[in-house]
Parts: sequence; C-alpha cells; structure tokens
Amino acid sequence: MRALINIPKTAKQGEAFEIKIIISHPMETGHRADDVGKPIPRHIVKELICHYLGDEVFRAELHPAISANPYFSFFALADRTGPVVLSWSDDKGARAEESMTISVE
Amino acid sequence: MIKSSAIAFVFLVLVLVGSGVLAQGRGDDARAMQADDAANPAFLWVKRGEDLWHVRPGPDAKACADCHGAAEASMRGVSARYPRYEENLRRPLALDQKIDQCRTERQNQPRLTPENDDAIALAAYVGLQSRGMPATANSDGPSAAYFEGGRRLYETRMGQLNLSCAQCHDRLVGERLGGSIIPPARVAGYPIYRLDWQGMGSFARRLRGCMIGIRAEPFLPDSSERVMLEFYLAAREKDIVIETPAVRP
Amino acid sequence: MIETTRRRFLATASTAAGFLLVPMIGGTPARATPADVALKIKELVGGAQIRKGLIKLDLPVLVESANAVSMKVSVDEPLPMDRLVLSFHVFAEQNPLPNVAHFHFGPRSARPIVTTRIRLATSQTVIAIAKCADGTFWGDSVDLLVALAACLD
Repeated sequence: MRALINIPKTAKQGEAFEIKIIISHPMETGHRADDVGKPIPRHIVKELICHYLGDEVFRAELHPAISANPYFSFFALADRTGPVVLSWSDDKGARAEESMTISVE
Repeated sequence: MIKSSAIAFVFLVLVLVGSGVLAQGRGDDARAMQADDAANPAFLWVKRGEDLWHVRPGPDAKACADCHGAAEASMRGVSARYPRYEENLRRPLALDQKIDQCRTERQNQPRLTPENDDAIALAAYVGLQSRGMPATANSDGPSAAYFEGGRRLYETRMGQLNLSCAQCHDRLVGERLGGSIIPPARVAGYPIYRLDWQGMGSFARRLRGCMIGIRAEPFLPDSSERVMLEFYLAAREKDIVIETPAVRP
Repeated sequence: MIETTRRRFLATASTAAGFLLVPMIGGTPARATPADVALKIKELVGGAQIRKGLIKLDLPVLVESANAVSMKVSVDEPLPMDRLVLSFHVFAEQNPLPNVAHFHFGPRSARPIVTTRIRLATSQTVIAIAKCADGTFWGDSVDLLVALAACLD
C-alpha cells in the first residue's frame, strides 16, 4: 500500500506546515458488481493517522465515500526538527507506515 | 402526481444546461488536481515508473538506467516525438510500443499490455520528462501515408450510432453530451488519470471507451488503426504542449 | 458482432456507473436517507444544538465527475482555547451510506482544515459538523447537483 507524501523540507518554529498524502488504493465501495453480476467486495482504507514528534496531528476515519487513491491535506505546527510519521490501514488488515523528517529552525 | 418542486428542479437544470452555466465544474476539479503534483494521483504511477527505471528486471537483464542513465537527461523531449515513424519497421510506433520493444528486445522481458500498471507507470515517467515541451511528432516523409490513414479513420462514421470522431471532437468541442462536456481530441497528456476510471490509462483505453460508446467494435490496442489515429492526433496540431501526466474528468 | 458489442456496452456501463450503486441485478439500489443522517448526527451531538457559523464546507454546487469531488472542511477564524476544534464529521444524505469521513485534530495540529476527494452517488445534501472542546457543535451544508457522465467504459 504505497503512498506519495509531501511535506516541506524546512519550516519556521511556530509556523503551520502542510502535509499532503495520496494513498494508492482502489477504495472499492462494495456496492459494485463485475461484468457477470458478481458483487465486488468492499476494500477500503479505514484509518489514516499522522504523528509528529510522537504526538498525534491528525486522524481520519474513512468510509467508502472517499475516492479511490485517496488524497488528504492537513496542517501541523512546526515545533522542532523531527519525524513526521504517517500510518494507514485497510479493512483487510494491511498496514503501512512512512516517516519523513522536517527541519525546524 | 409530480411535485411542483420536481418540476422547478427539472426546469432549472434545463435552463442551466441551455445557458451553458454548467460549463464549469468538471474541468475545474481535474485542472486543479493536475496543477499540483502533490495532489495528482498520476504521480503514484510516475513514482512506480521511476522505481522500475532503476530496477534490473531479471538476473541477466539490464535496468533502463543501465543504458539510458538518468531519465531526466536521456528522456527529455523523447515522448514529445511520439508516435514516431520507425525506419526499420516502416510504420509508426506509439510510445508504449517503443517502451515495450525495448523491454522485449533488449531486456528479455515478456510483453506488457498497454493497460498493465507497470507499462502505464513507465510511460508516465518517460512522458513526464517532456512535460511543458512542445509536441514534435510530425508526418514528414513516408509517415505521411499513416497520417492520412489516421485522418481518414478520424473522419469516418462508425458504429451503430454512426458517428465519426471529428463530429464531436472537432466540431462540437465545448458542447454537451448528457452531463459531459465534449473535449477536443488531444493526446498530449497521456497516459492520463481519469476520474471516471478512478485510475490511469492509455490513449488506447480512452479510444476503446469512446468506440464502445458509439457501439462500434473497438480497435485493439496494438492495431494499426489505434496507432494511426494516435499518430494523426499527435502530429496534426502545432504548438501543443506536453501535459503528461494529465488529469481528466 | 453488433449484438456482442451492445451487450458489452450495457455491462460495462452498469459496472462503471455502479461505484456507489448496489448491483442493479436483484432490485432497487439501496440508499441512505436524510433520516439516516439525522440519526447519525443525533448520535454525535446528543441533545446539543447545531449552530450556524464557524465551520465552512467547500464543495462545488455543480458536480459532473462524481467519482472525485474536491472537498475542503475548515474553520478559518482564530478561536479561544476552550473552543478548539476537536473534529469534523461529514455526512451525505443520499449516498448508499450516510458516513463520509470523520477527521480528528490532535495536539500537534496547526489548523482545523482538511482537504480530500469524495464520491457522490446522486444530487443530494452533504453536511459537515464541527465538534469543539467546549461542547459546542457547528454545522454547514451544501446542496449539490450531480450529473453522470455520458459515456462510461
């Protein structure tokens, strides 16, 4: 379950910085059927969590109404240099995590 | 009994459709997504293409990078030339076919269909290296016959609905078909992330969708018809800028 | 050959249009109702009143590609500490399911703003509710018109 994550390389202390993520996922709703009428089971990302310096920035609980290859943008408050960690999981138990460092001056 | 609010709603929609107010919306969202690489889902494929570029596909096979080095340098302007007439084959090849030719002949890999995610990823990554550059596909010399063949296909009525590409995509651009705005026939953004597909696809896939829509037997991806059409569309307009990877409704 | 093409067209059209629709085989597609959403909202706010203001739900009024509609939920004004925004809750009145997403802002969040892309099954009202630290709830909604694409593959 790969993702593209964009955060700025640096930020000023006390400033807000934007975090953007696109997760590669079909977000299959469970409402569709294939060409011969067989229902396609639901398969969605259920949760996305962002931590910065070990504390929570943002947490999203997702439902099938979120588009495929889901995109989110939200803001964290720059405090000091350290890791921004994004983790997400889907309804089949797959989990993924990615960490990036932001330099705060 | 029909509720008066329902009648008012239908009337409102018809008026809006007639006045062209509905002209906005669909294109705006796609354009906004395309304008921000960090929000454009096509970059999931571009990233995959970049990874594939550097990976040896087998123990005896070279990676793309082993021969071509950094794609930013070696592939700059390359996709802008495609589809391109190949002297030794004496016909044009589309970019996805050229990549496939390299993979099969020089990397000893099995063929990939154009809609295979890895094929799309490589085409998107290579295509990105021409983004912002003018399209340079041309119909000089012996390729002129294929350009003419593509033009004839483009202007021929097809399918149960008996429509030609030109009728909509030249003459009715900006008008509506149901809820959709009819786009011009351009290939400079392919492979594209299409919101209706919820994924990325090639020109061959887009063409297939259209042909099924007019109830014609669609041209197969590797057919000469598909390549001639793509060649015609790439070569006919001057001053088109490559947009790969584009986002479309 | 013509017959095959037509059957194939019908099959792919119903598949593609059905991202949010229950399979047409087997009867009427199920859909949430405004009453379902009202119930979810009641579960969220209890007996509290939902106030107008503060929260802004940004969605295009005219939607044509209902598969990926840009949505921004935000509170743009500075707030006193006790009125910090804890979460946003988004509901769709006529999607198959009433919940769209729930967003929670943690201690390192800078601003209560989130942008994402959502799917809409049909013309309907989308509702966003903000929950604040002082126990207040604020709501905004957008009534949207959705037109399906002409040719589906």
